[in-house]
Amino acid sequence: MASKFINITLKIWRQKNSQAKGSMETYKLDHVSTDSSFLEMLDQLNEQLINERKEPIAFDHDCREGICGMCSLYINGRAHGPDTGITTCQLHMRMFKDGDTIYVEPWRSAAFPVIKDLVVDRSAFDRIQQAGGFVSVNTSGRTIDANSIPVPKTDADKAFEAAACIGCGACVATCKNGSAMLFVGAKVSQYALLPQGKVEAKNRVLNMVRQMDEEGFGNCTNTGACEIECPKGISLENIARMNREFLTAALSNED
Amino acid sequence: MSILDSKIPEGPIAEKWTNHKNRLKLVAPNNRPKIDVIVVGTGLAGASAAASLGEMGYNVKAFCFQDSPRRAHSIAAQGGINAAKNYQNDGDSIYRLFYDTIKGGDYRAREANVYRLAEVSGNIIDQCVAQGVPFAREYGGMLDNRSFGGVQVQRTFYAAGQTGQQLLLGAYSALSRQIGLGRVQMLNRHEMLDLVLVDGKARGIIARNLVNGEIERHSAHAVVLASGGYGNVYFLSTNAMGSNVTAAWKAHKKGAYFANPCYVQIHPTCIPVHGTNQSKLTLMSESLRNSGRIWVPKKKEDAEAIRAGQLKPTQIAEEDRDYYLERRYPAFGNLVPRDVASRAAKERCDAGFGIEANDTNEGVYLDFASEIKAKGKQAAFAQGDHDPSEEKTIELGKKWVEEKYGNLFQMYEKITDENPYETPMKIYPAVHYTMGGLWVDYNLQSTIPGCFVAGEANFSDHGANRLGASALMQGLADGYFVIPYTVSNYLADEIRTGKIPTDSPEFDEAEKKVKDLIQKFLTNNGSKSVDHFHKKLGLIMWNKVGMARSEQGLNEAIQEISALRDEFYKDVYVPGNADELNPELEKALRVADFLELGQLMARDALQRKESCGGHFREEYQDAEGETLRDDENFKFAAAWEYKGMDINQSELHKEDLKYEYIKIAARNYK
Repeated sequence: MASKFINITLKIWRQKNSQAKGSMETYKLDHVSTDSSFLEMLDQLNEQLINERKEPIAFDHDCREGICGMCSLYINGRAHGPDTGITTCQLHMRMFKDGDTIYVEPWRSAAFPVIKDLVVDRSAFDRIQQAGGFVSVNTSGRTIDANSIPVPKTDADKAFEAAACIGCGACVATCKNGSAMLFVGAKVSQYALLPQGKVEAKNRVLNMVRQMDEEGFGNCTNTGACEIECPKGISLENIARMNREFLTAALSNED
Repeated sequence: MSILDSKIPEGPIAEKWTNHKNRLKLVAPNNRPKIDVIVVGTGLAGASAAASLGEMGYNVKAFCFQDSPRRAHSIAAQGGINAAKNYQNDGDSIYRLFYDTIKGGDYRAREANVYRLAEVSGNIIDQCVAQGVPFAREYGGMLDNRSFGGVQVQRTFYAAGQTGQQLLLGAYSALSRQIGLGRVQMLNRHEMLDLVLVDGKARGIIARNLVNGEIERHSAHAVVLASGGYGNVYFLSTNAMGSNVTAAWKAHKKGAYFANPCYVQIHPTCIPVHGTNQSKLTLMSESLRNSGRIWVPKKKEDAEAIRAGQLKPTQIAEEDRDYYLERRYPAFGNLVPRDVASRAAKERCDAGFGIEANDTNEGVYLDFASEIKAKGKQAAFAQGDHDPSEEKTIELGKKWVEEKYGNLFQMYEKITDENPYETPMKIYPAVHYTMGGLWVDYNLQSTIPGCFVAGEANFSDHGANRLGASALMQGLADGYFVIPYTVSNYLADEIRTGKIPTDSPEFDEAEKKVKDLIQKFLTNNGSKSVDHFHKKLGLIMWNKVGMARSEQGLNEAIQEISALRDEFYKDVYVPGNADELNPELEKALRVADFLELGQLMARDALQRKESCGGHFREEYQDAEGETLRDDENFKFAAAWEYKGMDINQSELHKEDLKYEYIKIAARNYK
């Protein structure tokens, strides 16, 4: 693969802080290696801005290998940009052409307020997890032997596929309703599929859904955009499973 | 000369931990809410420690610089976690895990700590399964295992190539439960910028709220540092961009000794460097060495032709390939420990057989073709087809590989634009993990009373080289099963202390120092970005304190870092303000500490006149290029005491390592 260099124009959302009014600003960036990741391109732009004594663009990122879920960005109208099955840090500039204009915005959702520029506050996800995304087992290590309850491989695999969610929020950002049901459905499913999680399944789904509603996320209308944009390919089945769990729990709740 | 007391309990090694736990002091449940504990970092060690301490009833404040505790870099660990369960009935035991870890660490780790690690390893798996961690399973519903480097058993538990993610999310769920119950107060987007000592004891921290820039004082009766490793001193590493040494380094400057800083793990299988704007290196899990074979061409002209793009690796005939690990180390083959595999790759590339067309020609192949054929044949047989066509064999083999390593193959393809199912992966070693860290005793307490250190941030378990799948094990062992006991023992004497005030002169002074430094950076008005200096430091470190070190190079590194540090303080430009989200300021504060640490690493490498594990001194190797250890003179952990900015003043303390249960021997993987 021979590396090439391209010149691009960027239209980027700038916003001083959560109270300030933001706007799209235009930047020209030359000599971008097509082997660079999208975030490395932004590093290059920031280096240029710093050298021009302008304020660099704030964006969230950390692991840069598609697993921490910290990077976000709405690129040319798509969560994590014009590729599937990846996060923004795994998006490479070979997806763009010389002369392209690229639009970069933060996640757009009422439940994810902008902190600065492209950085948003996703702590609503943490609060949903705190409402019930766990098994209530103490950390003594004095549990039963790990192999004492066999788990069918298909259940374990499905639980893993749901648990692969990285909590980036692309599902919310891409949803026209700003719904977090793919995120919550994945967590509910992981536990519902495993014997260890079944004991508290009813309370869990009720509590997590209540918190999800309180945070101001919208509802699901089965469009399926979330599944397409999810970097980890979390399936819509998880939303269906959560709905079943929720219905069962709501109908049979003893409280 | 040593004033280090490792506090290793008396008695036979298999009973030490149990006896010790029975003797440790306790804090009664009604007293625990009167006691505050700070945990810095929310990776495996930090999240598990905070969850456990919160569950016990202490008031816990946990800090992370990311936007959520779930982002900590433990999440990126791919391959697996070791545990001496012997589910595969292949002769594994606590003793063998203990032995493999000591040997893998090239006989530079403390026996008692490592034994305890092996002892609690099984509990970790039980605990995680109980928490709903979805490990890989076999069709019978039992947990699956695989093999990792440096061992001859299958003891590694895994969840595809995302084991770290699943374990961290498990610890995060335990932590979330305690946050929800109000037992742990979580402070996201906060960075610790100093440790506060009162009367010689750790009594709190100064932290910066990264959103509004506020400098905050937090007091506690004990502080647990679980802030990870310092691999980012090299700029390019497999660490996350934000991983840094600041919390540990501030503790070091306040009196915590820093042990074995020169022990750095260079991981053999990473994607090679591609260009100057590159920001990080990506690991390809060691688990791939279960299935992949590492090779370079036998003929130099073939390597040259590949680099020039005239030949493809698939065109090189079998007899023209040098599977150099299988050749040099037939007993362990492609599964030799990481340090051995990395040096062997460097040796081949230095000799001119590298295959990557980058500035340094550094790259070797990791080839799955043999495994695809073997597993495809197996799968065909399992379907009753005892004479499968080549196409069918390959198709089934690819499916098998996809199931095992699918996410890794996809990750590789996205980065390199090459399909590893069709052509071998290109890989090269990269900085990955740091075995060195703050010195701790058996209780994981540093030389500052009340300052405990867990996970990669301490030095305790991996000696001079860490075996694969052991970092996750250590993080959770420290956090779930060691810290809760030993911190309680310390806190038993604190039940009458009362709340630690934050308006003391000690807090005033620490806060002022932090604010002054921030002000200095913001008004410095230099001409170069923080990254400019970080990249320069990284190059010095990689070239002179990297995979091969020499007396001359190390001395040069110390001089060059001094000059670079002066230039940094004179000429760095940090834009923006103190009272806002300011990533450039965050970086400046971190790089300032890396510029000091780098020198200590070089100094430590200089004094260690031997080669062991990840530390390879060119002067000390045998005729075949293997490491030459010097047990007579260097069988100690080097713990450095900070004595000011002049690195030559730092004082070395030695903890002699005693081997009572393992016979110390030359490491042999042949």
